[in-house]
Amino acid sequence: MASYRTITIAETCESYRCLQERSVLEGMEALGRKGIPVGCRRGGCGVCKVQVIEGQFTKRVMSRAHVSAEEEASGCVLSCCIRPSSDLRLRIVGAMKKNVCHSPAMAAL
Amino acid sequence: MAMTGVLRPGHAQLRVLDLEESVKWYTDVMGLVPMGRDKQGRAYFKTRAERDHNSIILRQADQAGIDFFAFKVLDKTTLEDFDRKLNAYGVKTERIPAGELLGTGERVRFKIPTGHTIELYAEKKDVGNGMGYNDPEVDVLSGPGIRPIRMDHALLYGADLDGSTKLFTEVLGFTLVERVKMEDGKTDLAVWLTCSAKAHDLAMVRHAEDDKLHHVSFQLQSWEGVLRAADIMSINRVSIDMGPTRHGITQGTTIYFFEPSGNRLETFSGGYDHYPDMHPITWSWEEVGRSIFYHDRKLNDAFLGVVT
Repeated sequence: MASYRTITIAETCESYRCLQERSVLEGMEALGRKGIPVGCRRGGCGVCKVQVIEGQFTKRVMSRAHVSAEEEASGCVLSCCIRPSSDLRLRIVGAMKKNVCHSPAMAAL
Repeated sequence: MAMTGVLRPGHAQLRVLDLEESVKWYTDVMGLVPMGRDKQGRAYFKTRAERDHNSIILRQADQAGIDFFAFKVLDKTTLEDFDRKLNAYGVKTERIPAGELLGTGERVRFKIPTGHTIELYAEKKDVGNGMGYNDPEVDVLSGPGIRPIRMDHALLYGADLDGSTKLFTEVLGFTLVERVKMEDGKTDLAVWLTCSAKAHDLAMVRHAEDDKLHHVSFQLQSWEGVLRAADIMSINRVSIDMGPTRHGITQGTTIYFFEPSGNRLETFSGGYDHYPDMHPITWSWEEVGRSIFYHDRKLNDAFLGVVT
């Protein structure tokens, strides 16, 4: 029997249900929902960073270039690397700050 | 065209977050051939069709990305010659002794203006593609996994695009094949360079952060092979960034996807041949979407924003 958890994005109060064995990011994407920026989905690029405010999760290894050990310990993690073991409330931390509109290389022109 | 100087991309060393998970994935999903590990614990791979000992090296690290990208040159005399030319151009080089990478001869290592570490080498152990050099059969590359033909090229991101382009074209003999201009119509946003008759052996995009990897690319036989790769990716729940689709630039068919540490890879097929007498193709800022993703005709957020 599939087991779901409810993920709530604090900024928008939007929520979606996520399979317990899916990452919080992929759970959002699978339903066509938006909110958390999507990057590599494998813990390398850092764009899907969130702060978990409430709830429990399991995690896999993520890049130290984007999440320090202290951050990780405080629940500031990449949403592609965490799976919900309870309902979660989270805040979006990572922005697509390097995309075409905001790239310093572009802005410099 | 006589092939001299820099022959082709030879190896890429990637940083991975979980070596054992990655070794399994590169073996089972990518269908690369494991070629052993060295004393440092680095894991080596080649495609089945490649004849040289290795083309992908994985190193366990706490962040993803690329350590270095290397090109094979014609012979040892050519290697010495490039070392001298780089020094004369003002680029400091370092010699990495033969054997530091398994099966690989002495390497000349240097940093390019976009911050990437590039290597040149002349010798890598010829282990063959398993078909032999006398009366070989065709290898239909059957079996599990994507099984690409070869590691083909890389796309690197960094700030001083002009500096790196100048180094590759003026010192290492690369030719400009295509480029995308920025809004001002003058500054290059991206360049595609070749050292052979391929549409590209190296591409670079202007980016605020240096030493970033956009992707390492593997060649497939056909568009049908690209679709087969996409099926294998979905079966294995591989994170797909874009595709299957076609690039306007090089006209190759493509999938961008991410390996288990978030380093982007590409499987592609096709693309036209380029000879040094051919005029470079220029894309304008307004057509950048079509230049990168020919069918969507727009960039996705990840193209300029997601790198390792």
